[in-house]
Amino acid sequence: MKIIECPLNGPRNAQEFVCGGEARQEPSQDAAIDDWADFVFLENNLKGVVHEWWCHVASNYWFIVTRSTATEEIIATCRPDEFFADRNATDGAGRE
Amino acid sequence: MPLALLKYGFRRKYRGERYIPAPMPLRKAYDIVIIGGGGHGLACAYYLARNWGITDVAVLEKGWLASGNTARNTAIIRSNYLTPEGALFYEESMRLWRSLAGELDINLMYSERGHLTLAHTDAAIRSSRWRAEVNKHLGIDSELVGRAELAKLCPQINLSEDVRYPVLGALYHPPGAIARHDAVAWGYARGAMRRGVEIHQQTEVTGIHSHPGGSIELETNRGSITAGRVVQAVAGMSSEVARMVGVKLPIRSVPLQACVSEPLKAFLDPIVVSGSLHVYVSQSARGELVMGGATDPYPLYSTRSTLDFTEGLMANMLELFPFLENAKVLRQWAGIADMTPDFSPVMGKTPVSNYYIDAGWGTWGFKATPVCGSCMAELAATGSVPDLIRSFELERFGRMQQLGERGAASVGH
Repeated sequence: MKIIECPLNGPRNAQEFVCGGEARQEPSQDAAIDDWADFVFLENNLKGVVHEWWCHVASNYWFIVTRSTATEEIIATCRPDEFFADRNATDGAGRE
Repeated sequence: MPLALLKYGFRRKYRGERYIPAPMPLRKAYDIVIIGGGGHGLACAYYLARNWGITDVAVLEKGWLASGNTARNTAIIRSNYLTPEGALFYEESMRLWRSLAGELDINLMYSERGHLTLAHTDAAIRSSRWRAEVNKHLGIDSELVGRAELAKLCPQINLSEDVRYPVLGALYHPPGAIARHDAVAWGYARGAMRRGVEIHQQTEVTGIHSHPGGSIELETNRGSITAGRVVQAVAGMSSEVARMVGVKLPIRSVPLQACVSEPLKAFLDPIVVSGSLHVYVSQSARGELVMGGATDPYPLYSTRSTLDFTEGLMANMLELFPFLENAKVLRQWAGIADMTPDFSPVMGKTPVSNYYIDAGWGTWGFKATPVCGSCMAELAATGSVPDLIRSFELERFGRMQQLGERGAASVGH
């Protein structure tokens, strides 16, 4: 995992990026405190294939990385709108 | 004693002593099952037997004893934390540490070196003074020292001002110590086994079901077991194991790497830490410099080593100790750290009854081994949470209440 394929800037050194954590649905504004506590603090922290927010720091561009936390392999990267359009179409788990 | 040692040396056969448990059949049911045969799990088993007389206990370890983070940490022991909850907890641990070698009858090589946390910025001086005052108030030996005193305490540190981050002062903690981490686990394992606790290596838990009656069924690669109560102590795999019982944790699993240099003539007495430079270093009894740095920049369950880490760490090491430029790194490794959002552990009850958790030990688990074992044993024995760990309960996140521990290692200030 030395090179990350940024959807905006192409392949760049992994040191130029920061990981922003798991990509998941934000609770609605009037959701119960438990749902917000879960969203803010708790993590699925899966050993396996995960979808995460990553940011290319130099250009401040946020996008989605699909990678394996077991093998440190990057499987795919995509623009957030692609990712959430896809997720909304399949399981409705996207962010607004 | 020297004569006995001499006689022992001339003997033809050496009495080998068994620290590692012999394989034995797994029973169908136990009062208490501890998942994880690392320092914490073994300490919990030991104190269950010693303090509470509970010996119908099994420790299940998927690999071999103390093969996880117990053998991967940099073995630093201190109590100069920032929150009163944290500082009191670790201070109790220090008290237990001091008498532990005698109690377990094993040489832990517990060595009080003094612990220096260097400050390179005004902000770090401020937080060091804050920590020193909190510590003193709680009766912990801790003070802020300036450059002149630092030069006396550790003349090896480069105090020149023509570096990127000149050293302005340090938080000095005289009781700071290092210990031989494997011996800690072996000592606890032997102590627990002598009292009747069963320790099963190569026994991996693959599924957990809690029954309405309160008992918990554990599926393992050697058949299923019923347990009255379960303590989970599997640093590095906490989220994965808790998931089996439906508990979600505030943890990201992130590798923390460390390395040792070739053995060098003894020159460094204190343990030297720099939060700003992400360096911590001590010299072991055999002369190796044990060095660690910041956690890796993203979550991962693989214990691979990276060149990025070594390069980054050495750049900062050489700023502090420029004369080490020709020293070689001998070994490098990684452990998987349970990082919590507030840099405090998660200990206590879970939403599942009779299932207790000991997790979230990020970069601060080894020094807590005795106190955590003793508190978790009390919890498992009595079912009520000891005061010392009450504020570390998993519930705190549900109340949006964090316990921000900025005195933890690998945390920038």
